[in-house]
Amino acid sequence: MKSPGSLICSWEIGIFKQVIPLSTTLTVSMMSPKEVAITINNLTKRFEDVTAVDGLSLEVEKGELFGLLGPNGAGKTTTINILCGLLKPTSGSVNVGGYDVQKRPDKVKEMIGVCPQDTAVFSYLTGRENVELFANLHAMPREKLKKNTEDLLKKLGLLEEANRHVRKYSGGMRRRTNLIMALVHDPEIAFLDEPTVAMDVQSRHAVWDFIKELKKQNKTVILTTHYMEEAEELCDRVGIIDHGKLIALGAPEQLKSKFRTKNLEEVFIQLTGRKIREEL
Amino acid sequence: MNFQRVSSLVRKDLKKMIRQPATLFLIVLFPVMLTLAFGASFGAIGGTQSATYQIAVVNMESSGPYQQWSQHFVENLTHIELLNIQAFSDNETAQADLIQGKIQAVLVIPGNFGQSCDSFWTAPTNPSLWVNTTLQLHLDSGSMFATQAIPPIIQQVLTATLYGTQPISIPTPIQIGSPSLIQASKTTMFDYMAPGIFAYATIFLTMTVAQSFTEDREKGLLRRINTTPTTPTEFMISQAISNMAAALIQVALVFAMAYLVGYRPYIDVVSFTLAFIIVSIFALCNVGFGLITAAIAKSSGAATGISFIFIMPQMFLGTFVGAALSPSAQVAGKFMPSYYVTDALTSLFLRGAPVSSPTILLDLSVVTIISGISLLLGILLFRKYGKT
Repeated sequence: MKSPGSLICSWEIGIFKQVIPLSTTLTVSMMSPKEVAITINNLTKRFEDVTAVDGLSLEVEKGELFGLLGPNGAGKTTTINILCGLLKPTSGSVNVGGYDVQKRPDKVKEMIGVCPQDTAVFSYLTGRENVELFANLHAMPREKLKKNTEDLLKKLGLLEEANRHVRKYSGGMRRRTNLIMALVHDPEIAFLDEPTVAMDVQSRHAVWDFIKELKKQNKTVILTTHYMEEAEELCDRVGIIDHGKLIALGAPEQLKSKFRTKNLEEVFIQLTGRKIREEL
Repeated sequence: MNFQRVSSLVRKDLKKMIRQPATLFLIVLFPVMLTLAFGASFGAIGGTQSATYQIAVVNMESSGPYQQWSQHFVENLTHIELLNIQAFSDNETAQADLIQGKIQAVLVIPGNFGQSCDSFWTAPTNPSLWVNTTLQLHLDSGSMFATQAIPPIIQQVLTATLYGTQPISIPTPIQIGSPSLIQASKTTMFDYMAPGIFAYATIFLTMTVAQSFTEDREKGLLRRINTTPTTPTEFMISQAISNMAAALIQVALVFAMAYLVGYRPYIDVVSFTLAFIIVSIFALCNVGFGLITAAIAKSSGAATGISFIFIMPQMFLGTFVGAALSPSAQVAGKFMPSYYVTDALTSLFLRGAPVSSPTILLDLSVVTIISGISLLLGILLFRKYGKT
C-alpha cells in the first residue's frame, strides 16, 4: 500500500501494473515489486442528490482477496458495478487489470468474472446450461468449457442436479449456480457481491473453501459481505465503507489490533457508533 | 463478431420458447389453435364442404332480344358451389329476406344487362358506343365474410360471362388470357383469411420480445450478460435470429395446420420461399416494436399491456380482419406493416401472382423499410431508456 509521503512509480507489464513504493532508492532494490490488479482513484458516484460513492481511493494487489465491508447503501455494490463497467463514475477513475474501465471495457470484461448480489440465472435452463452459456459468452474453447463446468459443478456439489431446470433448484443451489457462472471461464479477477447471503451454513462453508482455492490459484478477488466472520476468515485485507467513504483499510488482524477489538463488527461500531447489521 | 456467443444466445432463446409455457403458447400453440379454429369455422375442415352463401337474384331482364346474356350470367352463378342462388321475382321480397338474415346478398340484374353486354361485343374497342349499366349488389353488412367474399366472386362470374372462361356459346374477338382470378368454386372463406393469419400470428412476437427483455432486465440477467465480453451487436443479432426462427416456425405451423384443414394455395417452391422471407422480415419489425415496448415499460406486466398498442392496430387494420372495416379504417391500415405482409401473401397464395410481380415487390420493399426503421428505433430507445 501507498505509505504517507511516498512516491508512486508505475509501469505496465502485461496486463498488470507494477507499483513500487520509492521511499528511498535503496528500498526499491530490496523490495520485490507488487502487482496491482485494481486501482480506484478518487472515485465518486452520484445518483441525483444521493452520493453513493464519495472520493474512494484504494488499490488491490494481484492475488489478493480483498473484502469490501459496510452496511446496506454504503456504496459497495455501486463500486463493484463501476469496476465491472456497468456504471459510469461521476468523477474519478478505475483501472482493472491494467485497463481504464471507461476506455477499454472490452478488455476488462475479458478478464473479470462477476457474481451479482441478486441471483441472476435463467430459470428455464438447467444448471449446466446456465454455466455453459456464460462460458460460451466468454468464448471458451469447448474442451476447457466442458472440463471447467464439470469441475466447478462438482466442487460446489451441484453435479448430480446439473441437468435439472434451475426453476426447480432451492435458493442455496441457485446461489451456488450464480457463483459458478461467474467463475467458469477462469477469470483473473473475480467480483463476488455477497456470494453467501441467505445460504445455509454447510453451503456457506463449501463456498468459503472454494473462494480459498481461488486465492491459492493467485486470483484476485473482491468480496463484498456483511458477514464479519466471513471477512475475517477469507480476506487478506478489508476496506470498510460507510456513506460511500472508505473509513478503514487494512488486514483484519491489523484493524482489530489497531482498534483493540475482538472482531471487525466492533471496529465498525467504534468508527461509526452503529452496528453494521442494524443497517441491514 | 463472435459466433460462439451469438449461437449460444440463440440456443438459449429457442430453449426459452420451448420450455416456458407462456412463450410456448404464444409462439407455437396460439398460431396452431388460431389456424385450426378459423379453419374449422370458415374452411373445409372435416370434409370438402365449402361455406355457402345464400344469394337472391332478381333478374329484371326476363324477356327481350338480349335476355340470353342474363340467363348465361345466372347459370354461371349457379355453377359456383360457394353460392346458393335463389331466383326472386321482385326486389322487395328479396330485400325483406336480406333484412331478416335469410340470405346474405341480393343481386339485381338490370333490364338492359343483355343490351349492355351486346353493345360491348358489337364495339369492344369503342366505349362511346357501349350501353352502360350497373348490377345492384346488396350485402348483409352484418356478415363481414359475405362482404369480403361475395363481390369478387360476382366480379369473376361477370368477367367469365362477358369474356367466356367457358367460351363455347360466345365468340370472343378480344384475346385475353384467363383472368388470374380465384377459382371461386373451390374457394372457401378460409382461403381469403389464411394470408392474414400468417401475419396475425407473427404480430404477437412484439409481446414475447417485450416480455422477454423486461423479465431479463428485472432479474438482472441483461446486466449480467453486460459484464461479459458480449457486445450489444452480438446480443441484438442473436435476438433477431431467434425471433426470425420463431416466425419461421410459426409460418410452417400455420401452413401445416392450414393444409390439414384443406387449404391449397396456388404456390410453388419459389413463392413459398418468398412468403417465408417476407414473414421473417416482418418478425424483425415486431422485434423492433418489442424493444420499443420494453424501453417504455417498467415491468413485464406493463410490457404485456403496452405491447397491445402495437398489436391491436396491426391486427385489426392490417390483417384479414381489416378488409371488413370502413374505407377510412382501410386507409389507416396502409400505415400498418402487417397490411403489406397480408397483401403480399394474398397475392402469392390467393391470386397466384409470380414473385416478380410489382405488387409483391412493392409490399416486400415497404415491409423491409418499416422493419429496418422499427428495429433501429427499438435498439436506440432500448439502449437509452430500457437498460435499467
